[in-house]
Amino acid sequence: MSATAVGAAITQAHRDEWARVVAALARRFGDLDIAEESAAEAFKTAVVRWPADGVPPNPGAWLTTTANRKAIDRIRRETKRAGKQLGAQMLYEDDGPTEPRDADAINDERLRLIFICCHPALSIETRIALTLRMVGGLTAPEIARAFLVQETAMGQRITRAKAKIKTARIPFRVPAAEDLKGRVSGVLAVLYLVFNEGYLATGPNTDPVRHDLTAEAIRLTRLVRALMPDDGEVAGLLALMLLIESRRTTRVSASGELVPLDEQERAAWDMALIAEGHQLVRERLASGVAPGRYQILAAINAVHTSARRGSGTDWSQVVALYNQLARIDLSPIVALNRAIAIAELDGPAVALAAIDRLEDTLAGYHPFHAARADLLRRLGRARESRAAYDKAIELAGNTAETAYLTRRRDELA
Amino acid sequence: MQYLFSVIHDSTELANPSEMAAIDAFNDRLIADGHWVFAGGLGGPDTATVVDNRGADAVFTDGPFLESKEYLAGFWVIEAPDLDVALKLATEGSKHCNRKVEVRPFFPGD
Repeated sequence: MSATAVGAAITQAHRDEWARVVAALARRFGDLDIAEESAAEAFKTAVVRWPADGVPPNPGAWLTTTANRKAIDRIRRETKRAGKQLGAQMLYEDDGPTEPRDADAINDERLRLIFICCHPALSIETRIALTLRMVGGLTAPEIARAFLVQETAMGQRITRAKAKIKTARIPFRVPAAEDLKGRVSGVLAVLYLVFNEGYLATGPNTDPVRHDLTAEAIRLTRLVRALMPDDGEVAGLLALMLLIESRRTTRVSASGELVPLDEQERAAWDMALIAEGHQLVRERLASGVAPGRYQILAAINAVHTSARRGSGTDWSQVVALYNQLARIDLSPIVALNRAIAIAELDGPAVALAAIDRLEDTLAGYHPFHAARADLLRRLGRARESRAAYDKAIELAGNTAETAYLTRRRDELA
Repeated sequence: MQYLFSVIHDSTELANPSEMAAIDAFNDRLIADGHWVFAGGLGGPDTATVVDNRGADAVFTDGPFLESKEYLAGFWVIEAPDLDVALKLATEGSKHCNRKVEVRPFFPGD
């Protein structure tokens, strides 16, 4: 096997097996730190051994066995140093499981890993970092770069989280049925935040669209979907991400400006992602179960991606979906997006009246000012529109969006 | 595994009778379910004395170690298998005593 092929096999194994190896070790040793370090060492060993020995027939089993040995070595060293007896549970099965284990057991371990990383006793920043590290397999420096924080700070955040999990004894298990819904929505919130940071990156010195983050969020959501195939909101979030991602290459112009939906080059949208997203939305509709917010947001995006031209968008359908969303989600941001859709159906004056009612809560949110600026422009109120663009530009963090808003402002008469 | 529930409050008013009754009922349940280790309400921060005998002479300082708007009004020490159970109990405890509750694990003894 060529060096390139071995390299590809290691990359593939990292994508496919990292979370399984970490989860299996976390369950066996009850310690995330040992699980993470030993998994990382096993992959390092693979990088040395596979080019010489060849890729093993079952890379996942090889990696788990190797990681198990590394973990036991580490525990032996530590117990020796501490002058303690090695716990009985560490002594058996030195080589770890070599037989492929029950698929349900592996899925269950990975679910536990996801739930522990997204535990509500951890801060949201910590949940994101821990999920990307333990489930996604990103290194601390990679996560630090993605969220524009210092590598040492990110390393400490992960270390502190592991220490809290161990000391406060956050359990490694799938939540009880009565807690499951809330805990799943906590997991989805983490995945959606990762996706959104990629979709509309906030840093002044970063690419406006971070494909690495949107792709990772989609990959992890696919994993959660595989583990919880019956959960409607998981399917909804995956569909939502796919339908947004399908427009990725058309969202920023060659000159680095954000391109609004109705001006995007629809022929360049990714039809495979759209088909997959639409299929998921149809599947949820057919279920007859009342949809949650991600499913409704996915349905709205399905309407947008169904139109061949922006002018062909079924706005009455979009408004009906926003009405449905507003009934279960009282957030002013939903009210803002609903008003923007209403502008297409009932005209800018009606929409502006609805948006102005949100000023108290959304004065610090740049899309509020951008939406107002656009409606005022369409109503011929150039002076007020300019002031609203100024405010939106001042508050927007995304470079492509700032460029777009600046041009629109400067085009005002 | 034991956890300390610190009851945090921002006024020196004691628990009112309905809060006291709710706390009593909650304590009875903690005892019945095997979570109870110890609990108590504390005198206000004005009643505190800080003792520092790290140097040559012991120094007594009138008042709490930290001046802050919020202070420790009381505590529970409870027994729970893991943080999920502890957080559930603290969620109920906060409702019953009508105060915020901080949950911290004791270091496990060997």
